[in-house]
Amino acid sequence: MARRVVITGLGILSSIGRNLPETVESVLASKSGIGILQHLDSPHKDEFPFAEVPWSNKQLLELAQLTDSLGYSRNSLLGMIAAREAFLHASLDKLPRLRTGLISATTVGGMDRCELYFNDFITNDSKNKYIDVYDCADSTEKIADLLGIRDYITTISTACSSAANALLLGARMIRNGQLDRVVAGGTEALTSFHVNGFNALKILDKVPCRPFDANRNGITLGEGAAYLVLESEESASIGGREIIAELAGYGNACEAFHQTASTPDGKGAFLAMERALNISGINSSAIDYINAHGTGTDNNDIAEGLAIERLFGEKIPLVSSTKPFTGHMTSAAGSAEAILSILCLTHEIILPNLNLKTPMPELRFTPVTELIHESDVSTVMSNSFGFGGNNTSLIFKKVSNPKFQIPNTK
Amino acid sequence: MSVFINGIGLISPQQTADPALFLPDVMEYTADYLQVINPNYKEFINPIAARRMSRLIKMGITSAKIALADAGCQMPDAIITGTGLGSVEDTEKILTEMNAGEQLMNPTPFIQSTYNTISSQIAITLKCHNYNSTYVHRTFSFESALQDALMQFEEKVAANVLVGGIDEMTWNHLQITRRAGHWKTDPVNNLKLLSYHTPGAFAGEGAAYFLLGNERCLSTYSTLRDVKTIYNREKATHVEDAVKTFLSANELDVNQLDAVILGYNGDSRYDGLYDQLGSGIFRQTQQVWYKHLCGEYYTSTGFALWLGANILKHQLVPAAVRFNNLNPDRLQHILIYNQYQNINHSLFLISR
Repeated sequence: MARRVVITGLGILSSIGRNLPETVESVLASKSGIGILQHLDSPHKDEFPFAEVPWSNKQLLELAQLTDSLGYSRNSLLGMIAAREAFLHASLDKLPRLRTGLISATTVGGMDRCELYFNDFITNDSKNKYIDVYDCADSTEKIADLLGIRDYITTISTACSSAANALLLGARMIRNGQLDRVVAGGTEALTSFHVNGFNALKILDKVPCRPFDANRNGITLGEGAAYLVLESEESASIGGREIIAELAGYGNACEAFHQTASTPDGKGAFLAMERALNISGINSSAIDYINAHGTGTDNNDIAEGLAIERLFGEKIPLVSSTKPFTGHMTSAAGSAEAILSILCLTHEIILPNLNLKTPMPELRFTPVTELIHESDVSTVMSNSFGFGGNNTSLIFKKVSNPKFQIPNTK
Repeated sequence: MSVFINGIGLISPQQTADPALFLPDVMEYTADYLQVINPNYKEFINPIAARRMSRLIKMGITSAKIALADAGCQMPDAIITGTGLGSVEDTEKILTEMNAGEQLMNPTPFIQSTYNTISSQIAITLKCHNYNSTYVHRTFSFESALQDALMQFEEKVAANVLVGGIDEMTWNHLQITRRAGHWKTDPVNNLKLLSYHTPGAFAGEGAAYFLLGNERCLSTYSTLRDVKTIYNREKATHVEDAVKTFLSANELDVNQLDAVILGYNGDSRYDGLYDQLGSGIFRQTQQVWYKHLCGEYYTSTGFALWLGANILKHQLVPAAVRFNNLNPDRLQHILIYNQYQNINHSLFLISR
């Protein structure tokens, strides 16, 4: 029997909050983080809305209590702040060290500095301290250094499912007895690189994204970071700490169809969800809520919706996409949405799919559009699907005695 | 349970693309960095699909197909890739356009710049819906991919796993990273790499895919026993101790090693770490080096694993890779040790 994997710490920084308490306030008020770009200098700033973290790099440095002597990308700063919140939330700073790993995810690493200084990199030495922050591992090593994590570190990049795969790997390493604790999640800063790239693919909506709406027209890009502390049950029992939830299942599948499109019937999505159910040993009828990938693109929402219908048959769980809250946080989406899914368990709520006016005629189910309180929710699924058909589903379960306290980390 | 290396595809600056050959001739270059010898990609990839692919993607698909054919495997149970930098060429294309103030119109470079493109293009080529992931952590990229693969076998969810390490170098990227002190500033004769005694490594590139299986077969090269990464930012780790701990975890002693493959890259600031081991715990061991043949890159241990696996299969240490001359009378166990700037260290153990 494999070890159970439980969650003891959460940390999140996004357009809807600097930390977990602010995030909880925003979701309970159904408050979206989507708005006008303030910090990224993009020629598309008036054309599309974005879910930008409302703090400049200077403010983020202050939040992280750092000076820029080493050269920090925005990507690293976001990651360091969120990972530290999770680490402190789990009281890992106060406990004897067990074998601890950091598994971090990102899609373009320190591109936020690289795209600004690319010309300098080629022509002069003025920005040399930012050259080595370009790659994906830089933010991971900065987080590991901040938290003193040494036993295992790595970085995953599977496009928009990156952070879900970080959680999947962390859970596997704990189940297999390779590590006792893992800080896992993802970080992503908004970049012109992404804005231009997604614009070239013509999948940015000119209004805030409308997942599962008949008139949906693309994604709204977001940014931020989110990390979870995963532990074996044995490790989590040390120090009288509260267990927030259990990571009960995970499934990874590849669409193997097209670099940027799903099969019309969502084969990869179906397989990822089915594998997560199989690993967890949970029957599909026991899933109460699905936090869908639900990007708001034509292709994703129909493929994901049909896959959900096919897998769950007559008993389709409550479904919503929370991307209208946070925007699409790309490589951080998997861990951010894992946290939002877990908040449903701890707060007994179901989060609404904001901006949904006209349900899709192709689907038999309609996502939840208003926040549901006092929901009897005990098992949730969180989907993350990426370019290249890298699809991952995670399942979280309520623990029997959740005396969950929102930490005062403000 | 044993894991076997049953097929290898390696595209490198040496003539390695044909798995039937084991370093028949060594290629000598005088260059700023080593580039791979491109095979005829049309033999491996549909020409219509290949036209839109950047070189890195073609290297990846081709080396993966060679590994699968070498092992006689059609459909792996997982595809896992390590790449430190992903598609540098596509990323630079986009940055150059952005730098010129142009709005990106063609989405192809953007799509290909995503780090997971190689793994997913291999999956598309094979129509493989199984587990698929990509690791992107400097000189831990290929190592993490292998660790994930080994865990797939432990979990008993896979019988065959395709796992690779792949990186490319471009002229632009070389110039930029030279500014950060990674590379030598002048051209290098690869076969004389250790005669320069100057700071900076000698850059290269390559694509190595391995088909790992849970059963020995006719094409088996060796077993892959263990892979470990050590993050050593504070320089607190004593490498000799780390090697001993790694070996004893695998119930081996240093004097049971028949060869050790070391990651000498010509950087006078860090090669001393290998010298210390060479004159210390490995002084009675056949020492082997390889980066004069492929250059330094984040996934160069793919070349080292190809080399070690072939040494065990052919029971031969080619003269071109011998660092000392002990002529071991048998070749049973090989350790690979690599480090980059004394921060990221990795260890591999393979046995016959």
